Amino acid sequence: MSEQTYTPKSKFGKWFNDRLPLLSLASHLTDYPTPKNLNYWWTFGGILTFCLLSQIITGLVLAMHYVAHADMAFSSIEHIMRDVNYGWLIRYIHSNGASMFFLAVYIHIFRSLFYGSYKSPREIIWILGMIIYLLMMATAFMGYVLPWGQMSFWGATVITNLFSAIPLVGDSITTWLWGGYSVDNPTLTRFFSLHYLFPFLILGLVILHIWALHVPGNNNPIGIDVKKPSKDTVPFHPYITIKDLFALLIFLIIFSGFIFFAPNILGHSDNYIEANPLVTPKHIVPEWYLLPFYAILRSVPDKLGGVVLLFGSIFILMALPWLDSSKVRSSIFRPLNKIFFWVLVIDVLALGYVGAMPAEGLYLLIARVGTVYYFAHFLIILPVLSRIEKTQPLPLSITEPVLTGMPKAEFIKSDKRHV
Amino acid sequence: MDNSGKKNNRRDFLFTATYAVGAVGLGATIWPFIDQMNPDSSVKALATTEVDISQIEPGKTVTVLWRGKPVFIKRRTQSEISEAQSVNLDELKHPEKDQDRVKKAEWLVMMGICTHLGCVPLSDKGEYNGWFCPCHGSHYDSSGRIRKGPAPTNMEVPKYAFIDDNTIKIG
Repeated sequence: MSEQTYTPKSKFGKWFNDRLPLLSLASHLTDYPTPKNLNYWWTFGGILTFCLLSQIITGLVLAMHYVAHADMAFSSIEHIMRDVNYGWLIRYIHSNGASMFFLAVYIHIFRSLFYGSYKSPREIIWILGMIIYLLMMATAFMGYVLPWGQMSFWGATVITNLFSAIPLVGDSITTWLWGGYSVDNPTLTRFFSLHYLFPFLILGLVILHIWALHVPGNNNPIGIDVKKPSKDTVPFHPYITIKDLFALLIFLIIFSGFIFFAPNILGHSDNYIEANPLVTPKHIVPEWYLLPFYAILRSVPDKLGGVVLLFGSIFILMALPWLDSSKVRSSIFRPLNKIFFWVLVIDVLALGYVGAMPAEGLYLLIARVGTVYYFAHFLIILPVLSRIEKTQPLPLSITEPVLTGMPKAEFIKSDKRHV
Repeated sequence: MDNSGKKNNRRDFLFTATYAVGAVGLGATIWPFIDQMNPDSSVKALATTEVDISQIEPGKTVTVLWRGKPVFIKRRTQSEISEAQSVNLDELKHPEKDQDRVKKAEWLVMMGICTHLGCVPLSDKGEYNGWFCPCHGSHYDSSGRIRKGPAPTNMEVPKYAFIDDNTIKIG
């Protein structure tokens, strides 16, 4: 990397940089050698950074107008929507922004799964990413409680009751979380406080995530180690910055489509009814991005078992770098893993679908099969597959397949676009 | 030569057009985040206050709240009116005729805020038979004009109107 050799040109720059090497950092970020075959699935890191900053800025604004009190929260949201200048816009950016954030993070995670970005030497990046994902879910959940509508209230009740499944201390923990004997004003005010705090924890972890990324450098669609810098790499600026910016603009067009044309399509209309502790809505569902986990929770006919599988389904991902022992990273060269990757994608989508449906009949059956398959994928299929799979030969460099015309249709196609 | 010059111009035009659209878009994005801190509709809806003045005795002052600030409404006695009208404008730090500060000579309506640093002056106090600000010692006369002390200008007269003989609408 370049910071060892970098010296600022001006005298003041050198004086400053010797005391606080910000200019070295800027130079490192600018020149950071990036594999030249990165495809558009690699632009979601930048998109996610944008999402986080957008949520923090709009959230900061909303907190100026929101009142965290059980008696006033609901009407303060209407105040934001009707009275505050552009309040409707800022709130819709924030609420749809959460969905877009999760959409981007799911693409980012599945990209890592397909191209083996979680494998050595990038395990820490992967685990940091999973912690970020967990914090995102906690933040989104608590944010959803703040408008104090029916879905807010009953979502909070159901999720906090998960902890009551813990043997012996469950009830005490739930009471402690609530600050009372049910979800009420103390719950709302602490959720508001934590909802404000967590994004900054996420921001800190994102910095670590990027720091850890810059040690080995980016993985790439072929998944081989790349010498840096070499003819297989390009400087981050302007090549990747302009490409990330282009992808971000496409992403923003879709984002704006939701904000301006269908701002409530991803929400639930029951949340425009004020929280009522005496009446539970007929059909209670979480936001779409939590549905697969909701399906897993409901598929188990046992309170504790459901909660254990729910949390297990996320924590199992942290062990992924050790469950998959294949030395080959990219699924382009792993014919079996490629198939099972797509089966997993379909499985998660199916779980999401049945999570939105009532837990009965065929839906419940699909949820159970999907849950069993989800765990089987990580605990049985991957460990076995990674030992028996016959992988295809890897090229020696990113440039080689282009020059020698290796007969691998997939990556010749994917390579041509980027060379 | 001609050809390459033309190409450069087209490229320059594209760059300028892109930056211009980008700048307008960025500005349009930033504006809502600035404007949200301006007074909102619920605040603007409270921007006028109506006051019933039929119960105010001559010589008395009532204080009402308008936009979160005090407004003095004083029903002046005849002696106070003639005192205010007879002052020589040359003696004043901020020369204003009493007639220009009132709509009806009997009623003085003004912001109850000292023009020095925003404290609320005390009624019927001070050396000029008007108001006295306890914070830094500004003296105002029976027309609310600054006569002595650090305040730079007379107390401000808000926009108001008599809806009928007994009602004033401020704002």
